[in-house]
Amino acid sequence: MLDSSDARNYPLRKWVQQKVLDMSKTLSLAAISVALMTTTAFAGGHCAAGKTLTEGTLTIATGNPAYYPWVLDDAPESGEGFEAAVAFALATEMGFAAEDVLWVRSSFDEAIQPGAKNFDINIQQYSITPERDQVVDFSAPYYTAPMAVLVSANAVDTAPTIEALRALKWGAVGSTTAVPKLAAIIQPNDDPLLYGDNADVNAAMTANQIDAALFDLPTALFLSAVMIEGSKVIGQFAPDASDNPDQFGMLMEEGNPLKACVDEALAAMKESGELAAIEAKWLQDTTGVPLIE
Amino acid sequence: MAKLELREVVKRFGNTTVCNGINLDVAEGQMVCLIGASGAGKSTLLRCINLLEPIDDGEIFLDGEDIAEPGLNPQGVRARIGMVFQSFNLFPHMTALENAMLAPRRVHGKARVDLQPDIEALFERFGLADRMGNYPDQLSGGQQQRVAIVRALAMRPEVMLFDEITSALDPQLVGEVLDVLLMLKKQGMTMVLATHEMGFAREAADKVCFLKDGRIVEEGAPDQLFGTPKHPETQAFLARALK
Amino acid sequence: MAHEKVAGLTRRARYEAQQRRRSLIIAATSTVIVLAAIIIFVPMAPGWAKVQQSFFNGDVLARSFPKLLEAFTVNMMIFAWSAPAIAILGLLIALARDARSPALFPLRIFGAAFTDIFRGVPVILTVYLIGFGIPGLGLPRPWNSPYIWGSLALILTYSAYVAEIFRSGIDSVHHSQRSAALSLGLSERQVMRDVVLPQAIRNVVPSQMNMLIALQKDVSLLSFIGPVEIFRQAGVFKSLLANFTPYVGAAIIFLIVTIPATRYADYLMARQMRDRS
Repeated sequence: MLDSSDARNYPLRKWVQQKVLDMSKTLSLAAISVALMTTTAFAGGHCAAGKTLTEGTLTIATGNPAYYPWVLDDAPESGEGFEAAVAFALATEMGFAAEDVLWVRSSFDEAIQPGAKNFDINIQQYSITPERDQVVDFSAPYYTAPMAVLVSANAVDTAPTIEALRALKWGAVGSTTAVPKLAAIIQPNDDPLLYGDNADVNAAMTANQIDAALFDLPTALFLSAVMIEGSKVIGQFAPDASDNPDQFGMLMEEGNPLKACVDEALAAMKESGELAAIEAKWLQDTTGVPLIE
Repeated sequence: MAKLELREVVKRFGNTTVCNGINLDVAEGQMVCLIGASGAGKSTLLRCINLLEPIDDGEIFLDGEDIAEPGLNPQGVRARIGMVFQSFNLFPHMTALENAMLAPRRVHGKARVDLQPDIEALFERFGLADRMGNYPDQLSGGQQQRVAIVRALAMRPEVMLFDEITSALDPQLVGEVLDVLLMLKKQGMTMVLATHEMGFAREAADKVCFLKDGRIVEEGAPDQLFGTPKHPETQAFLARALK
Repeated sequence: MAHEKVAGLTRRARYEAQQRRRSLIIAATSTVIVLAAIIIFVPMAPGWAKVQQSFFNGDVLARSFPKLLEAFTVNMMIFAWSAPAIAILGLLIALARDARSPALFPLRIFGAAFTDIFRGVPVILTVYLIGFGIPGLGLPRPWNSPYIWGSLALILTYSAYVAEIFRSGIDSVHHSQRSAALSLGLSERQVMRDVVLPQAIRNVVPSQMNMLIALQKDVSLLSFIGPVEIFRQAGVFKSLLANFTPYVGAAIIFLIVTIPATRYADYLMARQMRDRS
């Protein structure tokens, strides 16, 4: 009855997974790691079997283009960059070989539009919000991103206090959660200007149309180091500074049965310290950036 | 000295010679009618006199002054010579009164209030007093053409040119326009008409010129030209036209 | 025997009244059938629930609509100062292109180059180039504002089109009007100002109305260089709520403005056709 070759029998499979999870919850702490090791060891392919777009292949979407430090050189296939590395580690954890990972590109709009998706999972710094969660599924968070203030060369001397920041001319990427954060935390005196992507924020800063922009910390560090001459990251907000800290999750189609497998694999990566190791390798040490009170 | 003198006037459009050495004297107060088939060069000759077309050769004297001198500003001449067209050409976005006031205001720099009495008097004289406030499309063809005449007269011209001004009118409207010409003649206006109205030309003209292929083939008093035309071309044309 | 007249109607009038009734019934029936098909069958499509949730979500609409309206005032503002500038510049370009005097030859060349360039380049590119490029040269605030330079990009692009429409209007005034005006002793300038232009402008009002409607929509392109007008505001909502309904809300606001304007332009166009026939 529980023939695992019956790949389309989702309800049954779900039931089995649920059982496995339930069982593992009831096991003693010492047993958890053993249980996870064993499930991932053989269940990787097992768990995801029949749940991917193409059997035996994990299709992962990223942005077009994908930016440093999330993906290096816009080439996720290399596994270089934080998200690319996380994706491959996840695939391995789920039982896919590196060559079984297929990369595709997607925009934010494609990711949230109704209808079938062309990816199994989509990893491009999606902040998990309750509203978004109603339309699509998110994995457990793989990164908690502090918001950081990037200022142009003209404003590098601004003190990292809310008071001083309020007087600046602000910009942000319109499709990010930086917009509501800006309004909630900083409350600038002038209405902020909003842009389509990082490159346009860069252009506006170069044209001296804005003094400051709000990004997640790794992006802000990258932009100041590589893209916007003379700019500087003058401060960060503690991730828990607001009621809902910005946590990145992988995006999946609403109701995708793969979610359980992804969460399971992520949990294992956290447990084993692999996720932290990837973060340490690809995301710059951020302790040097002062906290804004 | 004639009011208007044309000497060997030549006008070409590309390779086509439309006026081919035309000589014509128009005395003060005279009405001269140009007759001839379409394409004989009557309209072009009138446009040349008004300097709407520059002539290629010859001379045109107005009060003894050569107005065809190349490089001369034509505006001053045009202000002295009025012209009325076959298709009325009233300005459709202005009332009849505004049509008549435009040129005196702009060219002579006069104020509306100073002009208004004189121009209203003109409208009144030509039976258009109750039409001054109308736009052209609210007027009959005959009324429009009379407004066009008033518009030209408002500049107080010394010479008036009429280019087949009744050709576009319904037959029953022709009379009212020709009556205006008779009134002008009575007032001593110097006039040159291109016309197909043979009866009117014979009755009212002081001199009639028959044009063919850009030349004046024959000219003379109306009774002579219509009664005993000498040139065979004139005879042939009149035989067709008066049939 | 003579045909009796019913209610004072002739035979012909009665027949036509009957025909009118019939076409009215047919038109009403077919409209009802088409509407019913849309209302009944579209929701039966398997993905309808998701589409409705994503595009026609009442809660999201109610939540975003007030802010969208507020953002639309930015559009109105940019439109309000751009439209007159476009009309003036467009007219000047049209006149420059028709200048006859040899001294004005450079102006003619300039006019021709201007229209070629700005009609040939996509508006969004002009918005980027001028909106980021010119301020990038080092203008001090507030003279580097994206509102100023973005508006200028719109003004330049639309002037090029508007100038061509004005030119076609000038060409549409019959040359006999020029002759008549010249024969009265008016100068070329006066002829243009008093006789040709008033008619030309009147002739092109319907076409220019269509340009105004297009401009009203293209104001949104300024969102690419910073201003948070209705399109950007809708985009922010879309990202936050993961829902496309704010765009539908923006479309509704646009339609409230553009449908009456479009109807009016069509009415003007129809009236002009009638006048000419």
